[in-house]
Amino acid sequence: MLGSGVREAAAALRLGQLTPTELCQKSLSLIKETSFLNAYITVTEELALKQAAEADKRFQQGKPLGVLDGIPIAIKDNFSTKNIETTCASKMLKGYIPPYNATVVQRLFDQGAVLMGKTNLDEFAMGSGSTDGIFGPVRNPWSYSKQYREKRKHACPDGDENSDWLITGGSSGGSAASVSAGTCYVALGSDTGGSTRNPASHCGIVGLKPTYGLVSRHGLIPLVNSMDVPGILTKCVDDAATVLGVLAGHDPQDSTTIQDHFQPFTLPDVIDVTKLCVGIPKEYHAPGLSSEILALWSKAADLLENAGAKVVEVSMPNTCYSIVCYHVLCTAEVASNMARFDGLEYGHRADVKDSTEAMYSATRREGFNDVVRGRILSGNFFLLKQNYEKYFLKAQKVRRLIADDFVNVFRSGVDVLLTPTTLGDAAPYLEFIQEDNRTRSAQEDVFTQCANMAGVPAVTVPAGLSSRGLPLGLQFIGQAFCEQQLLSVAKWFEKQTDFCLLACHENGHIVKQQKITWSLRHGDLRAHLTSHQFIYIYALYAV
Amino acid sequence: MAATFLHDGGRGCCRLLLQAGQPGQGVRRLLHAPAPWRTANCRHATGSLPWESVVGLEIHAQINSVSKLFSSSQVKFAAPPNSTVSFLDASLPGTLPTINRRCVEAAVMTGLALNCTINKKSLFDRKHYFYADLPAGYQITQQRLPIAVNGILTYRYQVGASWNEMATKCVRVKQVQLEQDSGKSLHDDAMHQTLIDLNRAGIALMEIVMEPDMTCGEEAAAAVRELQLILQTLATSHANMSEGQMRVDANISVHHPGEPYGVRTEVKNINSARFLAKAIDYEIKRQKEILDIGGTILNETRAFDYKLGVTIPMRDKEGKQDYRFMPEPNLPPLILYDTNSLPANMKADQVINIDLIKEKLPELPSVTRERLVEQYGILPEHSFTLVNEDGLQEYFEAVVKLSNVDPKKIIGWVIKDLLGHLRQQNLTIKQSMVTPSSLAELLTLLEKRVISSSAAKQVSAVQQGNLKVMNKLIGLVQKTTKGRADPVLVKTILEEKVLL
Repeated sequence: MLGSGVREAAAALRLGQLTPTELCQKSLSLIKETSFLNAYITVTEELALKQAAEADKRFQQGKPLGVLDGIPIAIKDNFSTKNIETTCASKMLKGYIPPYNATVVQRLFDQGAVLMGKTNLDEFAMGSGSTDGIFGPVRNPWSYSKQYREKRKHACPDGDENSDWLITGGSSGGSAASVSAGTCYVALGSDTGGSTRNPASHCGIVGLKPTYGLVSRHGLIPLVNSMDVPGILTKCVDDAATVLGVLAGHDPQDSTTIQDHFQPFTLPDVIDVTKLCVGIPKEYHAPGLSSEILALWSKAADLLENAGAKVVEVSMPNTCYSIVCYHVLCTAEVASNMARFDGLEYGHRADVKDSTEAMYSATRREGFNDVVRGRILSGNFFLLKQNYEKYFLKAQKVRRLIADDFVNVFRSGVDVLLTPTTLGDAAPYLEFIQEDNRTRSAQEDVFTQCANMAGVPAVTVPAGLSSRGLPLGLQFIGQAFCEQQLLSVAKWFEKQTDFCLLACHENGHIVKQQKITWSLRHGDLRAHLTSHQFIYIYALYAV
Repeated sequence: MAATFLHDGGRGCCRLLLQAGQPGQGVRRLLHAPAPWRTANCRHATGSLPWESVVGLEIHAQINSVSKLFSSSQVKFAAPPNSTVSFLDASLPGTLPTINRRCVEAAVMTGLALNCTINKKSLFDRKHYFYADLPAGYQITQQRLPIAVNGILTYRYQVGASWNEMATKCVRVKQVQLEQDSGKSLHDDAMHQTLIDLNRAGIALMEIVMEPDMTCGEEAAAAVRELQLILQTLATSHANMSEGQMRVDANISVHHPGEPYGVRTEVKNINSARFLAKAIDYEIKRQKEILDIGGTILNETRAFDYKLGVTIPMRDKEGKQDYRFMPEPNLPPLILYDTNSLPANMKADQVINIDLIKEKLPELPSVTRERLVEQYGILPEHSFTLVNEDGLQEYFEAVVKLSNVDPKKIIGWVIKDLLGHLRQQNLTIKQSMVTPSSLAELLTLLEKRVISSSAAKQVSAVQQGNLKVMNKLIGLVQKTTKGRADPVLVKTILEEKVLL
């Protein structure tokens, strides 16, 4: 059951084929079996069973709350959850228990969703690997696919299996891994420069960054307020649309959410792309783009064209400045947002009593990792009176130009843009950490952060497998508040890629890191989805 | 008089205005103090070249609102520590500010009353500094584009020794900006700890910036008193300085005529208009003396020690602060409308219409004074007393209405006799036992020559609780009846007549 999507699970719950508690227990046992992935910081077992029991009652009475009632979900550990520790994977917030729920969390709870746990991330969501948090790196479930293992063994026969695993991408790597490994149906991530789409792509799932202002940020512990958007990670595009319908809409507690009423939508099964105009921005042929992704990108464009869509090359001339400006604006807001962590009201406090200032500085030195401290330092530099105009103001102006690029392209008749999500497939951990966080973020966010700069929605959809047997995603970028169109195109594409499930059988053994073997078989394996001895994972045929 | 004067929070000047014509000792002492403000333009003519002084003000007025600027926690004076603190006020991670409509309306109304241009679009910024009572590490303020700009405040103050020598001056109001108040730190030196109370954190402030158009302490104090009166009339702030609802910082410098302004100092945390005048005049004198002996003025922040009557440098905040201003990303631009620009598709509760606020503006103190002078033929200085003293104007107008006596006659009774007696007993007009109708009755009797002026004064005094005067009244009756009345009966009748 856990291998399927929300709709199938919801239907099974309604038909009484299984109860929310059974589903929750399966999910919990799978979380335990895959704990080596380090996807969860906190597993909220007690709460999950309680919520599932409540859902049981509602189903017994024939009154489920909504489509998400009884559905296991996971939430990135930078969303405030009432009475549940919320750490941002930082020593600074270790032990911090918020007294309130983020609006998005509350909306999921109001629909009856069952919270399995809080997922791992880079400290304060600063990173693109999910490797830089105090709870250690997240491992990509694809590291353990038989297909990848065999190819890897062939490539480096001396490789140590224990250390030879892949990153998930980040910073919402825990959320991506939790969905990818089948431990939940839906996970919330956050997306500031690509933090939802990047790990979704590396883990072979769907990652949606909605339009800025469509989904409330109240309770999301901010990275960059002007770019942060709660992200949705699901197994398929339909599920992303379903969850968006629950989350989207005005929140009086977030002044940046739009006032207009949001009408939830479902995506049609038959989608006509003949009237669609797809833009291919030529500036996205970035240095370092893998030939595999380039080929996939090109194939996808052909696929759309062959189906009758108009595919045009477009120019977005300011794209190349985006990542640098992103860095300036990001660090400046980080410097500001992190100022509240002073050890007084909550979180870590250093045991220094010489003076308030000495306590501040020791608290912040102990509480933040090098990445966070580095960003605070550069952000404060950019905000100094003497630098403000030269850096911050200039970056803001260029941001406007980048946003204008999108406006112009969409005004010229383009409906959606098709781009890569990442430069290549997921890197092995040992390779990834050869470069520092900043370099990696600049590389990994190159295709994704433009959408955050402009505030427009974007979704990554699994599009194929690399030669190493790892998932590759492609990104569709839509017009502001045109999620329905964007997700319709994404769904059409998802169907064309002949998306199917591959089951991973572990021969009845309790899954342990060393023993795990994944047998990949093509074909519809829904028949096998009854036993929790199976762990399911997405893979797909190449386009 | 002097003692009452000292303890009066915001209204010290009113007393000064009222009493100066009379030989009040405390006032005398003040007038003869070596302060330089007795000359009209406040020039300081010591040394070879004269000095000119300039004073600018930054005034923080707490907005009179039910809840805070960006959160729903209550605004309460003297609430138990940390009892009115929302998650936002404590800066819990993930909380976001949402603006309080009432505070915006109050700022717009204040801006209009100060003849400002209201910016239809204004912006919020973050001003960063680390301080224990600033939990977010920044204050949300309006640095780039405030809600109101380019206003003017007209005020009048005494220029000569006599109270009818009043001068009218104007000070330009640079801007009115909305911002958050900070919490309060209590330093417990014995225990080596600092206690934080966040009740005040996040309360809405209007920062009102006045250009350096004032030249001395008395001008600044008069401008502040006028502002106070305006805010109280609008009910946009209680503006009580002793309760910290209004806080004034003064920027002061001296220069030779025709030369650029000198290096300025800032005097902070002054809690009454009277101390403001004293602090400024002290600071002008200090700067002048330093410059006269060839010294230099440091650009620094100083505090006023009201016990010693001097300004002293404040503890160094470790060099110059760079506040690293940044746009507040969680608050969209604040857009205001007028009737012409009002969007058709928006609900009334989602928009603020400047024109509607303009319609609600009450009569401002300066207009009231002009009207009083014109309508009742009273002296301008009397109009000041009437307006400055809470409730006195209403009292006066009630007496006028209830009697057929010339208002010019009534004003003397109200200000000299009634208010004078009340002052002596430390009472306000609202606590007066003499109602407007009884005073009206008394003055009508006087007007009809039923009673004499001195008798009326005695009655008035008795009514205010001065029973010693009763004997004088009995004496008067005996005199009139040539001793034929029974003194006991006279006393009973008088008590009935006068006290009831």
